[in-house]
Amino acid sequence: MHIVVCVKQVPDTKIIKINPKTNTLDRRSAPAILNPYDAHAVQEAVRLKSILGTGKISVLSMGPPQATEVIKKCIEIGADEGYLISDRAFAGADTLATSYALSKALEKIASVEPIDLVICGKHAIDGDTGQVGPGIARRLDIPPVTNVIEVSEINSNDRTILVKRKLSNGYELVRVNMPCLLTVEKEINKIEYSPLPNMLKAARYKSNIWSVSDLGEVNIAQLGLKGSPTVVGKMFTPPKLEGGKVLEGTSDEQVSQLMDVLLEQKELLNVK
Amino acid sequence: MEEYQGVWVFIEQSEGEIAGVSLELLGAGRQLADKLEVSLAGVLLGDNVRELSTQVIGHGADIVYMIDDPVLKYYRTESYMKGVNYLAQKYKPEIFLYGATPNGKDLASAVATDLSTGLTADTTMLDVDVEKRLLEASRPAFGGNIMATILCKKNRPQMATVRPKVIKALPFDGVRMGEVVDETIDLREEDMRTKVLEIVKDVTKTASLADAHVIVCGGKGMGDLEGFKLIHELADTIGASVGGTRDVIEAGWLPHELQIGQTGETVTPKIYFAIGLSGAIQHVVGMKNSELIIAINKDPNSPIFEAATYGIVGDAFEVVPKLIEQFKQIRVKQGGEVSYV
Repeated sequence: MHIVVCVKQVPDTKIIKINPKTNTLDRRSAPAILNPYDAHAVQEAVRLKSILGTGKISVLSMGPPQATEVIKKCIEIGADEGYLISDRAFAGADTLATSYALSKALEKIASVEPIDLVICGKHAIDGDTGQVGPGIARRLDIPPVTNVIEVSEINSNDRTILVKRKLSNGYELVRVNMPCLLTVEKEINKIEYSPLPNMLKAARYKSNIWSVSDLGEVNIAQLGLKGSPTVVGKMFTPPKLEGGKVLEGTSDEQVSQLMDVLLEQKELLNVK
Repeated sequence: MEEYQGVWVFIEQSEGEIAGVSLELLGAGRQLADKLEVSLAGVLLGDNVRELSTQVIGHGADIVYMIDDPVLKYYRTESYMKGVNYLAQKYKPEIFLYGATPNGKDLASAVATDLSTGLTADTTMLDVDVEKRLLEASRPAFGGNIMATILCKKNRPQMATVRPKVIKALPFDGVRMGEVVDETIDLREEDMRTKVLEIVKDVTKTASLADAHVIVCGGKGMGDLEGFKLIHELADTIGASVGGTRDVIEAGWLPHELQIGQTGETVTPKIYFAIGLSGAIQHVVGMKNSELIIAINKDPNSPIFEAATYGIVGDAFEVVPKLIEQFKQIRVKQGGEVSYV
């Protein structure tokens, strides 16, 4: 069983600062981390491999050379091999161009060792789109199952897996043929502490780094900025909401005014 | 590109029930279509969904493109994508909108890849540049208090997924007339690589927030898990549901399904308490359509006060216990547990 997990290096949105003058992101202010959803994707691959008792986990990322750091993080969690595609030609890619580049790298990985399962995080916390995973599945012509909250069963005989997929108002049970692609929610598992041998391996791990020329037949026009149909037209501060009344006075006075407001709506409150 | 005309909305349905967001998008799509002076179409796929076309037309569509097939009983990427791609390639819409639900996002991503076109995720505002015939799809840009407008200049259709509950649906008009275009494609169950075995509706989790009349939402200003108990206490006292900001969910004080904002739930309760949260745009887009918003925050410059109907500049740990105390006194006065309902 060969599982490939697609991962992304992102700025830590919990720490990131906004430049108040330009209203843009100060990327230097935030440390770069492994996208949290992707960490769960790697962890799930590790869990599946341990249940099966055999298999190989590769991770694939696209980004600048320093993105090898998140591949090391994946090795810590339990991945066996890491690949980074890094080239100026990839820069400025939107989700369409990103899924194209990653699918080309996946084809190359698969040419050496066929892939049974691709796992991605539900979305990356810096873009929040969730479009790259399903895009990759489409390009590889494998069925996707997005928003997976549980892998319930892997059947190696008929090569299917059974998963729970989160919906707006519940979940569905889906059986899907392998090879397939899953995108996972955080609740799928808990990130385990990395065992010491993994940490040691990660510390000295050298990722495979590929440029465009390593990917074989690639249509350059579909990569990076050139291959991206979407552009940012403008950035703007949202129309200011009017804001309402600020309740003045001591905290007792404020609470008393608020109670007057709330008691007008008392039919909505169920006071216990 | 001139051959691409008209505005389309994907009509998401499950077991014969149309998703709320699809009706909202018909309202939004109607405005865009009127500005561009083109027709609005709903794209309806499913098994035994013919009757739903009345609703689609009644909520604003001129045309319903329908594929009714037993293989389309449940949403599956492969079968739905095949149907939608077929329709889009045959009739060539210039704009195509989907609800930003799990199924809508999944489908739109696959369709955009096949049609090699641009897709903007989780839009909260829509407009068109009539002269250039460009869809202006705006969404909160990550982290900051700022919106980004995304354009797709050279490819068609221009596609976007749109957050539920950010746009109001048009009221149903029973006398509106429209055309139903029946299409068939070659779908075979044996070709399908995915099988939906069961759909389990869970109304206890996300639905509780989506349907709640009163929500108490806390932010990282509550300090820690211990401090956040005050949010639960107020909610218990007044019979409200509890929600949290992205920070609160990241910190693990609440489960994921109780996140309110751009990447969580969008809510529109009658009363919304925003306590100890600053009001980052990614949060505000998820709650600003609530009817009565009460904000409590120490910092008078917090943007949450712009969204609030009533604001209290003060320490939540001082104000909220007093509020709880007031409600408890009401209960004492009225003797025992009182429900106003």
